[in-house]
Amino acid sequence: MSKILEKENQTNNSQNNNEKKTKLLQADLVKDALINSIKKLNPVELVKNPVIFCVELGAILTTIFLITNLVQSNHDESLLFTSQITIWLWFTVIFANFAEAIAESRGKAQADSLRKSKKDLNAKKITSIEDRIGQIVDASVLRKGDLILVEAGSVIAADGEVIKGVASIDESAITGESAPVIRESGGDRSAVIAGTRVLSDWIVVGVRSNPGESFLDKMIELVEGAVRQKTPNEIALSILLISLTIVFLLATATVQPYVIYAGKSSTITKLVSLFVALAPTTIGALLSAIGIAGMNRLLQINVLAFSGRSVEASGDVDIVILDKTGTITLGNRQAAEFIPVKNITEKELAEVAQFASLSDETPEGRSVVILAKERFNIREHNLGEKDNLVFVPFTANSRMSGVDFNGDVIRKGATDSVIEFVKSLKKDTVIPEDLKAIVEKISRSGGTPLVVSKNNQIMGVIYLKDILKGGIKEKIQGLNYVGIKTIMVTGDNPLTAAAISAEAGVSDFVAEAKPEDKLDLIKKYQAQGHMVAMIGDGTNDAPALAQADVGVAMNTGTAAAREAGNMLDLDSNPSKLIQVIEVGKKILITRGSLTTFSIANDIAKYFAILPAMFSAVYPELSSMNIMYLSSPESAVLSAIIFNALVIPALIPLALKGVDYKPATATELLRKNLLVYGLGGIISPFIGIKIIDLVVSFLHLA
Amino acid sequence: MLIKSVAEIAFFFIILLALVKPFGNFMYKVFNGDKTFLTPLLSIPEKIIYKISGVDTEEDQSWKKYFGGVILINLIGIIFLILVQMFQAILPLNTQNLPNTSFHLALNTAVSFVTNTNWQSYVPEATMSYFTQMLGLTVQNFLSAATGMIVLVALIRGFVRKESKHLGNCWVDLTRCVLYILLPISIVSAVFFISQGVPNNFNQYTDATTIEGAKQFISQGPMASQEAIKMIGTNGGGFLNANSAHPFENPSPLTNFFQMLMMALIPASLTYTFGKMVNNTKQGWAILTAMLIVLISITGVITYSEFAPNTLISHISDIDPNNQFNFEGKETRFGITQSTLFAGLTTSISAGAVNSMHDSYSPLGGMLTMFNIELGEVILGGTGTGLYIMLLFAILTVFIAGLMVGRTPEYLGKKIGPIEMQSVVLGVLAPSIFILVLTAIASIIPQGTSALNNAGAHGFSEILYAYSSAAGNNGSAFAGLSANTVFWNLTLTLAMFGGRFIPIFFVMRLAGSLVEKKYIPTSVGTFPTTGLTFVILLIGVVIIVGGLTFFPALTLSGVAEHFQLLSGKAF
Repeated sequence: MSKILEKENQTNNSQNNNEKKTKLLQADLVKDALINSIKKLNPVELVKNPVIFCVELGAILTTIFLITNLVQSNHDESLLFTSQITIWLWFTVIFANFAEAIAESRGKAQADSLRKSKKDLNAKKITSIEDRIGQIVDASVLRKGDLILVEAGSVIAADGEVIKGVASIDESAITGESAPVIRESGGDRSAVIAGTRVLSDWIVVGVRSNPGESFLDKMIELVEGAVRQKTPNEIALSILLISLTIVFLLATATVQPYVIYAGKSSTITKLVSLFVALAPTTIGALLSAIGIAGMNRLLQINVLAFSGRSVEASGDVDIVILDKTGTITLGNRQAAEFIPVKNITEKELAEVAQFASLSDETPEGRSVVILAKERFNIREHNLGEKDNLVFVPFTANSRMSGVDFNGDVIRKGATDSVIEFVKSLKKDTVIPEDLKAIVEKISRSGGTPLVVSKNNQIMGVIYLKDILKGGIKEKIQGLNYVGIKTIMVTGDNPLTAAAISAEAGVSDFVAEAKPEDKLDLIKKYQAQGHMVAMIGDGTNDAPALAQADVGVAMNTGTAAAREAGNMLDLDSNPSKLIQVIEVGKKILITRGSLTTFSIANDIAKYFAILPAMFSAVYPELSSMNIMYLSSPESAVLSAIIFNALVIPALIPLALKGVDYKPATATELLRKNLLVYGLGGIISPFIGIKIIDLVVSFLHLA
Repeated sequence: MLIKSVAEIAFFFIILLALVKPFGNFMYKVFNGDKTFLTPLLSIPEKIIYKISGVDTEEDQSWKKYFGGVILINLIGIIFLILVQMFQAILPLNTQNLPNTSFHLALNTAVSFVTNTNWQSYVPEATMSYFTQMLGLTVQNFLSAATGMIVLVALIRGFVRKESKHLGNCWVDLTRCVLYILLPISIVSAVFFISQGVPNNFNQYTDATTIEGAKQFISQGPMASQEAIKMIGTNGGGFLNANSAHPFENPSPLTNFFQMLMMALIPASLTYTFGKMVNNTKQGWAILTAMLIVLISITGVITYSEFAPNTLISHISDIDPNNQFNFEGKETRFGITQSTLFAGLTTSISAGAVNSMHDSYSPLGGMLTMFNIELGEVILGGTGTGLYIMLLFAILTVFIAGLMVGRTPEYLGKKIGPIEMQSVVLGVLAPSIFILVLTAIASIIPQGTSALNNAGAHGFSEILYAYSSAAGNNGSAFAGLSANTVFWNLTLTLAMFGGRFIPIFFVMRLAGSLVEKKYIPTSVGTFPTTGLTFVILLIGVVIIVGGLTFFPALTLSGVAEHFQLLSGKAF
């Protein structure tokens, strides 16, 4: 099994682990969140959420009104009513705070465990690469450019680059993945993170970050939500909500003069109730929870987003640049077919091919052995000591590999190399006529031909094929369906690239691409107004990652790549990009749906509260009481209770996000509009009526 | 009766729809600087105007510069108009020797005509000289109509142009708009009105003795010329107090039909101009569809409620209840349907001309004329104003609903960010704030309530209607309100000014922000703004965001009156 597949399985496991962890912590989380939602009542804190802040002001007003009523003996409305409204208004604020607190608490729990791995780190600081003794210092004194020696069993104290040595490292503290990874100097696998543990061997690390700026610090801040800034879309939505709140505030405040004109007056309780019912409290309460939960969902799939902006941008992405190798296809080609030349049977070819691959430990070589076994049940030969066997390894020069076995010379390799080789064995060797046709056919269909020879006889061709990763085709289809164009980038020749891209269903491809070409490609699409996402790991990818609107760097990648991207995939799984896009879309959909729901609710609330408020002014207006609520007090109270209860009822939806399946804009809109728009109009009519029945049954109003 | 009514309304809209495309296309050419059939005739005067006024036609202006130009011409207009009124006694063409007006009335009237409101706190024939009407008010009728249109054009350019800073040249747009669009139609219409018997002279008022022997002044004056721009520019300010109910201003059913068509023509056709400018006429048709659905539904209900018998009198009258219509305040020349259609149009179009008295409508009918205004004058609306505010609503719709498709919202290829959202909500909601707050003040202080002729919920309707009409730049009145006092003139001035220029500022700012943005290509993932779903959503947002704010106030006025009437109470 290829490495990448293994990795995917591990990812799934770690995801399951994460989920289990969260469930176990649930009770604690709720307790913490409850405490925090009381703390958040502090108006200085709450003013950051103007909608809910206004509700709190309303609650304070009715509380004062209640107290003065308690002191005075005569009052306009029953104390039971005033006190109940007051209580429910406070509940509304607390529910809103709770929504935010519960969303934050998950991040906090994760941050705590990260902090543990940061505690009491010390390092062996060395003066030169050759220094093996060094001096033990506290991690806090390490600065950029220092060298540290990390030996088996100790924890790396600072972010940096491996300068010398190779080591297996346990990164589970950061990634939650238990399988150790290899880090070595040079190449694309050199970055190490503070807080991870060296399991074997030793390495010299060049420190790349000052204290407080390390990856671990950044990650703690991120998961805690300390650096969470509002995204442009969130700001735009807040502007809308605040404006609506102000207008409804005015619409409510002006009701009093209107009523005074008619020779009556309204109580503070009722005015505040009207305002709270109309203000977009539902979405106001859940807005920040939706954003935080979105970041958490990314964390659950082991992706760190360095800014909320990038998460949102991922919902807007309409071009995705995918590397062929590793993302669309498995890292390696596999033998798919044996095609013998004339006069040779397939089985003969398979036997020779298997022999040629016995010593070939590459995945391609293994796949030949496996295919031979599958097709003809040819077992791997148990080679005795007597056998005179010489392995000939693949070199870039010969472009062949094989064995010399008991006098037979068996080779497999590139077409011209093998032809040249058999001719060199015997001058008048006849090359089978159909070989050329077979090779061409394989090339045309996107495969790689591997010619097999035994002595001076060419036996046939192994068809090496790029194998699509499981499920990738469906994912690409899903992207295409929602209007996201997928562009495959590969170093292959156009023929091969075309065949693979057709098979995978990508919208377009760039063949014979050099890594630098990605940057130009991204710039080209961005100039046309597209939003581009890519995933990458190499240093070569860094400029492109920085340029892309959503650049996901793989954790295994170089430090340069990790710094360039605006997200980091801890699992280093290239097809993660697609999940990231889904998370981005889900956040936006949830926000929009709950806003629609919240505003649509107002209609029913008007029909509950206005007749109740105004029937004292013009008794004829009680005809507007179309829900037949039992009394004016009960109507107002029921609307306020509904308004409060709808917040906790929707918290799970805000945290989980609205269901998203790939669909066109029109389909999504119809569905969500039906559920949240129409549902938003109808549900409060039903909800308020039911609450009214309960309220009047219990004689609460 | 029903069939005739439906047929009359349907006939009007069919004729209107037939004109939308050709006329919208014509306006597109005018604003694009293309040749039209009028170019040979008008290109020389156009060049002369630029030459005299020193306009650099090549200059492409930023939003601030464009907005500066719009404000400048309007402020000059206000000052000029105040001076003309306050010195009309010594100015020519004052055949009736009318005195100078008070400052507060002059201010109110100046702002009223400059803002395309045409609220009239005065009786025109007894207050304004011919000179004031012609050189003062009529000039502003042209300029205010053109102002709305060029602001709209600048906004549309904000959508169309990419990564630019320039929205066009406001002086060129203004000149072309007046010269190619408003003037030619006005001239043709004026001639038509004269042919139908509308006076157009500088005569003294006729001193007549009626059959009963009473003395009567019969007004004269240059009416036909002002009547034309009054309708085509959705101004609505009458030459005579009775406005289009007066037989001199609106002599026959034919002129009545023509007047309705004229006020709807530019606002409806601009939707096509818009579609053409953004290179997708479906966008324009979608907006027009939304407008017409609301307009026809509301007009339908108004008409229905005027046909319904009045429960207070139906049982005491000898007439068959099925033939008892609410004829109070309506002209027998036009009948109910032509009156209610006119009322529905004039309140939703922000024209404010009236051919019947909305004050005398049934509670429900009267309330709906007011609701039309309170929706933000976006159901067709004023020339340009209606569409630019409707486009703000479209952005709002796209923003709320667009999120539901999982992308940050965009309209016509431009992303809607915080600056856009701020401009949109402030532009849409500013007039509401003026209406709500000023109504609240006027309904509790004596200076406000003393102007009322009616008590109770109906009196409240009169106050609410006045401020709605002023802030919505409509200009029609619910009558029953003696508004020529310092308090009313000043507060209404405030409402008109704020209701006009705050939205214009935010629309221009929006245009300035949009024009700098990249264009986002559409895909199947883009929220579609042409289909029926969008139309329904847009209507929903207009009603919920635009109208919901007024629900408490309307409940205490029209709704209360309606239920009171049903239980036998009137004012």
